[in-house]
Amino acid sequence: MASKLTLSNRAGWTFALPGFALIFTFIVLPFFFAIGLSLTNQRLLSPNPTQFVGLENYQQLLGLAVVTLEPERNDAGEMIRNEAGEIQYPRLRAITRSDDYPQYRGMREWFRWQSGENVMVVIASDVVFMKALVNTFLFVLVVAPVQGSLALMLALLINHRVRGINLFRTIYFMPVVVSIVVVSLLWRFIYDGQNGLLNSILQALTFGLFQPVDWLGNPSTALPSVMAMSIWQAVGFHMVIWLAGLQTISPTLYEAAAIEGASRWQTFRYVTWPGLRNTAVLVLVVITMQGFALFAQIDVMTSGGPLDSTQTLVFQAVERGYGKQDISGGSTISVILFAIVLAISLIQRWLTRER
Amino acid sequence: MKLTKHLASVVIASTCLCAPALAQTKLTMWYHGAGNEVESRILNQIISDFNTSQSDWTVTIESFPEKSYNDSVAAAALAGNLPDILDVDGPVMPNWAWAGYLQPLPIDESEFADFLPGAKGVWDGKLYSVGLWEAAVALFARQSTLDELGLRTPTLDKPWSREEFMAALDAAKASGKYEFALDLGMNDQAEWYSYAFSPFLQSFGGDIVDRSTYKTAEGALNGEAAQAFGKWWQSLFTGGYAPGTSEDPADQQTGFIGGKFAFQWNGNWRAVATMEAVDDVVFLPAPDFGAGNKIGAGSWQFGVSAKSRHPEGAAEFIKFAAQDKYLAAFSDGIGLIPPTPSAAQMTKNYKDGGPLAVFFDLSKAQALVRPVTPGYVVQAKVFTKALADIANGADVADTLDAAVDEIDADIESNGGYGHR
Repeated sequence: MASKLTLSNRAGWTFALPGFALIFTFIVLPFFFAIGLSLTNQRLLSPNPTQFVGLENYQQLLGLAVVTLEPERNDAGEMIRNEAGEIQYPRLRAITRSDDYPQYRGMREWFRWQSGENVMVVIASDVVFMKALVNTFLFVLVVAPVQGSLALMLALLINHRVRGINLFRTIYFMPVVVSIVVVSLLWRFIYDGQNGLLNSILQALTFGLFQPVDWLGNPSTALPSVMAMSIWQAVGFHMVIWLAGLQTISPTLYEAAAIEGASRWQTFRYVTWPGLRNTAVLVLVVITMQGFALFAQIDVMTSGGPLDSTQTLVFQAVERGYGKQDISGGSTISVILFAIVLAISLIQRWLTRER
Repeated sequence: MKLTKHLASVVIASTCLCAPALAQTKLTMWYHGAGNEVESRILNQIISDFNTSQSDWTVTIESFPEKSYNDSVAAAALAGNLPDILDVDGPVMPNWAWAGYLQPLPIDESEFADFLPGAKGVWDGKLYSVGLWEAAVALFARQSTLDELGLRTPTLDKPWSREEFMAALDAAKASGKYEFALDLGMNDQAEWYSYAFSPFLQSFGGDIVDRSTYKTAEGALNGEAAQAFGKWWQSLFTGGYAPGTSEDPADQQTGFIGGKFAFQWNGNWRAVATMEAVDDVVFLPAPDFGAGNKIGAGSWQFGVSAKSRHPEGAAEFIKFAAQDKYLAAFSDGIGLIPPTPSAAQMTKNYKDGGPLAVFFDLSKAQALVRPVTPGYVVQAKVFTKALADIANGADVADTLDAAVDEIDADIESNGGYGHR
């Protein structure tokens, strides 16, 4: 087997060579560069010499700590309350900037919770990175199942021999063809808070009851809006993959199922779905990887705002590497992202393995 | 017949002209204005004039979209592919000079003695770049709006105070005729924030970084003045005076013209187009928030790349392009401020009594360049994010403190950016 692949297939290897060369030059090699750079303090442009800094960049990104804030008390030991009766706590900066706690220097609040009288504050060396991490995971967790199943439904819908089906296939596939940058620009108008298309439609449908929402300007709706638009844009692509999978299932199986008197759900459950196993793995892995690479929509639509509600790992990597000229920081994020995606792909492979 | 003609011309050329003139040396130039028709037309005219005016050099231009221009230059510099003549945004120039992308202009500074200070890029005591125009930001308004709302027309000598400015916004809001009182162009989170909004902070008495040392932002960006600025800034959005960061990008082009806003904080590169569409447009100076009325200075400029093998040719071109007639052409074309008084007199808008003449004096007297330090590039990003976050409701004091921490950490990790 091995000898057949390596020797008798000389033409095949020759044809593959340009592809391999490109992948090596533009994906494999830069990746090793990134690992190397993440251990230095390399800047995008600087006359200062590059120094090896070990894992400092990783520490800078992943550093976390919890501090406890005790209520402020007056001389008599009573808690100070403001007019609204809320307990007053010292400012976090009094701790993070204090010489008594050099380990907390430069850290900022990520989130806090009340614990009895005290407040526990989780502080991070890089709050924006942490938020980007959470947002990226959220995005993948929502987009992967929704987009995958929506694509499957569309594929089932258009997997029929009816007149004009190609028109529907084309319509569903169309958003994939348009550049994501153009789509993002268009959706900015759709999501516009004052007189965007979405608000207008919702108002018309509810006879003016609906209050316009600033979809991209509101921290609670910005990420869901980006998700919805991303799902819509790429669903056609996965639909086509599902469709290809559907068409590999032998019609004789369906005939057999029909003769056995299987219901539509039984046909799907015992014929279609098992036949789509490999396709499902592919679709899931591809959506997950695309989800982690979320960038263009963010760059065009929100720039990570409002209030970091749409920060993502890739956007942060670019912002840091080019915007803030900190190539080592950007490389570190890329390496962390790679580790995450690799781990998740391996888990997915393991979960969906042949048993 | 043809052959003899050719032969003859070769003979004539080799005998009559001095030898080096036979071959023109090619110079390359990069420009940030791809997609801007008027700008490209004027610049191409200058280049073709230059190429025919002498026989030593021929300049070819390559245009990039503004958004990706700086990244392209950084990438090209890493790859060692910089052109001879570089177009550089004024405040970014120290960063490029420090990094060794640019060399000092091989031109005597006295040649540009009458240029506006904001049109000259000086870093570390040396002249690195010269701008063919200066830009300014103004409060666009309609005279009819001012009359209707009963507002005093502010002048350079007596600008609106903070109270007057807020009263004007209140009056516009109360009139109910506008979607918002003020358009700030909040969607443009590139260089616009630090260019257009840091003068507000400076007018409050703060700054992006402490300019006496350039080694820290402590006290400048989070001091009392900056906190007051931050609270005022937030009130513009919580009070519903201006649309926030999700503003429609088209508003900068059409929002004011279409009557969506009573006032617009916009650059004078939009002045000519706005004057064409709105008869009674007036350009008002920035309000004075306590420490004087300020606007940003320093626009795109031309410099010579460090790797250029023909700096004298590049300098030749820059001197040629800096002639008054071209400065005037840019100004007439896009409304930018001509950097010399003599060129100003040749323009429609900036000659004495012209509709934009007030800006020339304003630029001369009150425009403030952004911090002249290689760290500015990062500081601008941090400042932009802080302002966007505050506009979106983040805590003012915490946000400004965090911005100071980030700027200080960056200065430290860059060894002080060469400031002594």
